[in-house]
Amino acid sequence: MTKLLSVRLVAILVGLGFAFVALFAFVIGAYNAATEEPAGHLPYEKPMDLSFSFDGPLGKWDKAQLQRGLKVYDEVCAACHSLKFVAFRNLEELGYDEGQVKAYAASKQVPGIDPNTGEAAMRPGLPTDYFPSPYPNAVAAAAANNNAIPPDLSLMTKARGDGTNYVASLLMGYQAPSEELLAEHPEAAPGPGLHHNVYFPNLNLAMAAPLTTDGQVTYDDGTEATIEQMSKDVAAFLTWTAEPTLVKRKQTGWPVLIFLLFATILAYMSKQQIWAAVKPKKD
Amino acid sequence: MSFPWAREYQPSNGFTRFLDEKLPLPRLVYNAVGAGYPVPRNLSYFWNFGVLAGFFLVLQIVTGVVLAMHYAANAQVAFATTEHIMRNVNWGWMMRYAHANGASFFFIVVYMHIFRGLFYSSYKAPREMIWLLGVVIFLLMMATAFMGYVLPWGQMSFWGAKVITGLFGAIPLVGEPIQVWLLGGFAPDNAALNRFFSLHFLLPFVIAGVVILHIWALHIPGSSNPTGVEVKQESDTVPFHPYYTAKDGFGLGVVLLAYFAMVFFLPNALGHPDNYIEANPLSTPAHIVPEWYFWPFYAILRAFTVDFILPAKLWGVIAMFASILLWFFLPWLDKSPVRSGHYRPLFRKFFWFGLIPAMIVLFICGGAPAEEPYVMLSQIATAYYFLHFLVILPIVSSVEKPEPLPYSITEAVLGSDKKAVLGENTTPAV
Repeated sequence: MTKLLSVRLVAILVGLGFAFVALFAFVIGAYNAATEEPAGHLPYEKPMDLSFSFDGPLGKWDKAQLQRGLKVYDEVCAACHSLKFVAFRNLEELGYDEGQVKAYAASKQVPGIDPNTGEAAMRPGLPTDYFPSPYPNAVAAAAANNNAIPPDLSLMTKARGDGTNYVASLLMGYQAPSEELLAEHPEAAPGPGLHHNVYFPNLNLAMAAPLTTDGQVTYDDGTEATIEQMSKDVAAFLTWTAEPTLVKRKQTGWPVLIFLLFATILAYMSKQQIWAAVKPKKD
Repeated sequence: MSFPWAREYQPSNGFTRFLDEKLPLPRLVYNAVGAGYPVPRNLSYFWNFGVLAGFFLVLQIVTGVVLAMHYAANAQVAFATTEHIMRNVNWGWMMRYAHANGASFFFIVVYMHIFRGLFYSSYKAPREMIWLLGVVIFLLMMATAFMGYVLPWGQMSFWGAKVITGLFGAIPLVGEPIQVWLLGGFAPDNAALNRFFSLHFLLPFVIAGVVILHIWALHIPGSSNPTGVEVKQESDTVPFHPYYTAKDGFGLGVVLLAYFAMVFFLPNALGHPDNYIEANPLSTPAHIVPEWYFWPFYAILRAFTVDFILPAKLWGVIAMFASILLWFFLPWLDKSPVRSGHYRPLFRKFFWFGLIPAMIVLFICGGAPAEEPYVMLSQIATAYYFLHFLVILPIVSSVEKPEPLPYSITEAVLGSDKKAVLGENTTPAV
């Protein structure tokens, strides 16, 4: 008994010790919070809430939109950004046939070797090749872009919160900083080589506005290429590159859930039946 | 070891008779989760979570073994092979989402299981060993989950590994050599990734072993129950099969509905976007946060912001480990003769209005950036957390007057002759 009592005594002392130190830190923190100016955040905006065909549990790809998005990537983004986890063969999922994919791949130069000398050389792409990077290596990418390496875009919409909306919003979010913002946060003025964007967490990023004029890309399906349209189309395309299985995933989910619901109802009924005999009778 | 009225296994044909003589495996199963295990008849749905935890352990092992067939633990290619699984392996995306969300659901059901144990003081005699083994399982789960999160080699993988191994660096004198030894280098790299993969594969089987001990220890006194009154007679129990196999089957269905809804419709909701960025030692994420199931303990780690005799970081590390290790002492800290919180008025108030809010605050603060008001809130909640287990629990259990217990489980369920029983139940029958 005395031994057990001492266990509790030690515990109480240890508990009071931890609580004291935590509360001591609280008091110091509260004092600092009361006396110091809190570090303010730059006021950036949450992504716009746009609507896409693949939203929601019944969402499906809009293949025409993905094809338009590919065109925007191809003609605008690909100048600086790679797409290293996407192979040309994957483009068949956008509704292109084998011949079109072959032709598209062949129009790109990918790194290879000269079959006669074994030296590094560029060759036309095959469907099995992956989208080539515009730069031979990271140093070249940094050198060409004011030391900011353009990130690979394959997973971009999964690598940002609310990624699809974020990418589309960012592409539409370039504007000069407002007077009120600069008055309140002088540090929000874009530095050299930086560009102001209301959706970027510290308001200034190295990428210049890539989509600057309506009609910058000519769509094959006749859709009017406004900046908003191009932004949404390329965001949709990058959602596909980030997760090509997104629609298959949702479509697989339904039969799984319906089967499970059915099985769970049966399990509930059998549980009720099994327990009926031993349950107390209600008065 | 069981109650005298436990049904005995009867081999029904030549083959099972042969098996029963040479290797009585069917008898083992029959006595463990079959009709040979009498279980209190009054278990609530909170008693489903042990079986569910076992289910998710098996699910994690099965999906994990398949993923390991396609994954390469090399810092050069780990991120790319993860994407290879997501894109090129048939149904690989489903396996990976099932495994990642399976870890979350494993923790959800285990937290329910642990807090069930805390409310009903399932850790008390004669079940101390079950509780101790359970805490060991929880610690092994935390280690396994942490190392598993490193394997995709994304930004949070890398920086999480750096922060957590950095905790050991807070130990005076030997801290830094220990950190270097753990990582096999000065920062997480190929050596760390390889050993984490190896251990991530090994530890689930260690967990499975401790789970067997946990269940073995459970079968000595038998399951606890919501009244906390021990089994006295046959009418207090029903055989595990078919009663609890049926009830657990239904519970499993409900949890799987939630689980597959996450896997197929919100597979990344519990993850962090930064982990889809490949690990980059030169770029620190704005906020380094662990997976959600570590948030309460991460909040305790970060609550200690002031040097007081010891450096603040060391306080945080000691407190974080102590916050879980103190669970080992609960059977000897809580001296109330009554188990169930339903009959402990004071304990119950501290549980619902103290411990649970403190855990929720710690959870929220652990996932939030290290800014005010989160730091101050986590400091108050941390203080309460330690006071609750180490000060309040021992004192409350000695001063509170428990409410009268039912005479038996049968009486609690069937409500026969309550007054007479309560008359002879002036001292709690435990």
